[in-house]
Amino acid sequence: MSDSAIAVTSAAQLHEHPQVEFIDKETNTHGWWRGGVSPFNVSYGKLMMWIFLLSDTFTFGAFLVSYGSSRFSEPFWPDADVAFDSFFGIHATLPLLSVSLMTFILIMSSVTMVLAVHAGHLKKKKEVAKWLIYTIVGGLLFLGCQAFEWVDLITTKGVTITHNMLGPVINGHPTPGPSTFGAFFFLITGFHGCHVFSGVILNFIILMNVVKGTYERRGHYEMVEKVGLYWHFVDLVWVYIFTCFYLF
Amino acid sequence: MSNEMNNPHQEITHPQAVAIPVPTGHETQVAEGHGIHHHEPFITKYIFSQDHKMISKQFLITGIIWATIGGFFSVLFRLQLGFPNDHFMWLHTIFGNWAPNGQFTPEAYYGLVTMHGTIMLFFVLTAGMSGTFANLLIPLQLGARDMASPFMNMLSYWIFFIASVVMFSSLFVSTGPFSGGWTAYPPLSALKDASPGSGTGGDLWLIAVLLFFISQIFAGINYISTILNMRTKGMSMSRMPLTIWGLLVTAILGLLSFPVVITGLVLLFFDKHLGTSFYLNSIYISGHALPNVGGSPILYQHLFWFMGHPEVYIVILPAMGIASEVIAINCRKPIFGYRGMVTAFFAICILAFLVWAHHMFVTGMNPYLGAFFVLLTLLIAVPSAIKVFNWIGTMWKGNIHLSVPCLFVIGFVSAFISGGLTGIWMANSAIDLDIHDTYFIIAHFHLVMGVASILGMCAGVYHWYPKMFGRKMNNTLGYIHFWITLVGAYLIFWPMHYEGLAGMPRRYYDYAAWHTFAPFEGVNTFISVVAIVVFIAQILFLFNFFYSIFKGRKETDPNPWKANTLEWTTPIHPGHGNWIGEIPEVYRWPYDYSKNGIDFIPQNVPLGPEEEIEVAKENQPQPV
Repeated sequence: MSDSAIAVTSAAQLHEHPQVEFIDKETNTHGWWRGGVSPFNVSYGKLMMWIFLLSDTFTFGAFLVSYGSSRFSEPFWPDADVAFDSFFGIHATLPLLSVSLMTFILIMSSVTMVLAVHAGHLKKKKEVAKWLIYTIVGGLLFLGCQAFEWVDLITTKGVTITHNMLGPVINGHPTPGPSTFGAFFFLITGFHGCHVFSGVILNFIILMNVVKGTYERRGHYEMVEKVGLYWHFVDLVWVYIFTCFYLF
Repeated sequence: MSNEMNNPHQEITHPQAVAIPVPTGHETQVAEGHGIHHHEPFITKYIFSQDHKMISKQFLITGIIWATIGGFFSVLFRLQLGFPNDHFMWLHTIFGNWAPNGQFTPEAYYGLVTMHGTIMLFFVLTAGMSGTFANLLIPLQLGARDMASPFMNMLSYWIFFIASVVMFSSLFVSTGPFSGGWTAYPPLSALKDASPGSGTGGDLWLIAVLLFFISQIFAGINYISTILNMRTKGMSMSRMPLTIWGLLVTAILGLLSFPVVITGLVLLFFDKHLGTSFYLNSIYISGHALPNVGGSPILYQHLFWFMGHPEVYIVILPAMGIASEVIAINCRKPIFGYRGMVTAFFAICILAFLVWAHHMFVTGMNPYLGAFFVLLTLLIAVPSAIKVFNWIGTMWKGNIHLSVPCLFVIGFVSAFISGGLTGIWMANSAIDLDIHDTYFIIAHFHLVMGVASILGMCAGVYHWYPKMFGRKMNNTLGYIHFWITLVGAYLIFWPMHYEGLAGMPRRYYDYAAWHTFAPFEGVNTFISVVAIVVFIAQILFLFNFFYSIFKGRKETDPNPWKANTLEWTTPIHPGHGNWIGEIPEVYRWPYDYSKNGIDFIPQNVPLGPEEEIEVAKENQPQPV
């Protein structure tokens, strides 16, 4: 259990029922853990999502640590300002502009997700649907940008999972660089892209249920919160990937 | 929000078992407690069952089948080690090209060794152990109708089943199963030309193991959320039986370590099939230089052992939980040092993640780094010793009933001590440099992890068999099984310590070329003979287990062991939902044995007036 889980889940409910107290009279402590009650009122489904995300953190963590160990064992590593300097097919020297835009889009999609969850608490069906659509569009735009970037790297920069033409420039001639640069870049951003893509699909399924009124009949929009947790996680992971690949 | 959120005092129950709307998405399914049991079709009752008890049996029986295969493989490669000069023509009849002239080929030998390790560690002692006892005991001992998500629980078994099918099919590939050791170190595992087993066999191994890890992560998410969220009223964390604590820590270890090895195996898959160089650097194979440059095989070892070391605790912790429970019941005494036991579980959990590089002392790792891993590894002796002392402390002056499960637990403690003490030796990198990759290591981990957890698992099976099948296993066969297994295990693994100290390397196919190891020829033959005897003794267990399911003596007592935990308050044949009517409430910890002259007081018995006074005294603020 993490503290933010409590913040996300209980804040809304406790707000609705401020009189609810959980003091165990026998031991004079709060009785969240005494059994018969879910600690901090987290439904098991949301708890499972948190636990899964914890596990997934270790997957990404291991990828990034492996990347770090490979990178720092190499005498030369391509400069991110050179590798990522084109903007959607425009071959100009605009270092990191396209990735900044992608990152902005992804972070904005987190904001729209927050608004969708909030609208869910207020049980405003149309609002939930609206913000979910914005989130899905944000996710798709991000994936589109990523596709542009991959194509640019492969076709114009000559970086693939096995080759890397961004090596040191010797006497004015480019030489091959470490192949692990491309391998880790495509593997990790690809793995993250798969997460974004599955997030888009999950969001779409939830959107369909919202539109059909499934959650209205159920009386709560908890499923929106659950996919929201996943979506925020995917965004947070991107911040680390962005830092490791583009900023360092 | 929902009803559940409005009323936190409402019992958290399984959505299928009660007609209270809970926010899950299953609320259309209204069930009538145990009533569902009787008119359920075969396919949902026995095959695609969502009942945790049935899933537990599925895990157990799959585990037993795998244990038989894995054990049989050890007998086969012991034939090569014990009788290197003999030709057994029947091997050729059964195994064909694996044993062309009655002797296993080196490739087949390595395949057998690899499969023995993979099967035993992952399929038997992880899935078989946690899958069986977590599924059976978490809902039953905590007072829940089922797991948090019964569907995901079913999914985890079926993903494991697919993993099993893939692994099993790899045994029938013409180039043989994977033969690069259960650790699958690159470059051997990353180059399909490196050995016959690294081709198709290696691919199937990789897929099976990945599926296995995914299934165990699914299962672990379920175990943890059930333990945290679904406890019955009064079942505070500090009143949970130690079995549940063991399973909780096991699930946490798996949840955090399996993703890391999945990462490692994905990188391995890329290296093998997509031409990347994560682990490969400047390799010559069959006279040709490979284009791969820049990778590091040591990276794989780090990723692997980050899972590999917690994995050995994943294997042993459920056995420790079972041992604690069974020993308290059979000594009719409260467990000694409950809080110490729980603390030790968590200490082991944390240390388990900080010691992985002690498997890598000989990789050329910086010796200064090694020193930290030596220290942290030695620290594990502390919580382990706490647990051992507590088991012995529980037995001390207890009214010991030498039932079959109790004997197995005593065997478990014995093997854990014998194997654990040598762990302190090899934790020191200076000693490990000498005995690394020798039979000393084999002796150590088989005793402390293999034999000990198998004995713990057997104790669990004998103990909870009446709960699983409503019948009893035969005691006489159980005693014979125990004595042959325990004595046999020591006779097999004790001599290996001497072989290892003399420098005899592990994983070798034939030692004939070294005069140094000639004196051990007789010992090797002896070990192989004992291994065959012990394997045959396991057939007694198999017979006992499967025969008793159908023909065993019917259990008539709902609480045959006079135990305190909640699973014995259910009917002898509990339906899906476990309890008829209300789930019992819990008023005390599970170890009130021989308290105030009463033999046992189950957890659902309210405190008596005397006890109320005691509790009030304990809760009074102490004068400073």
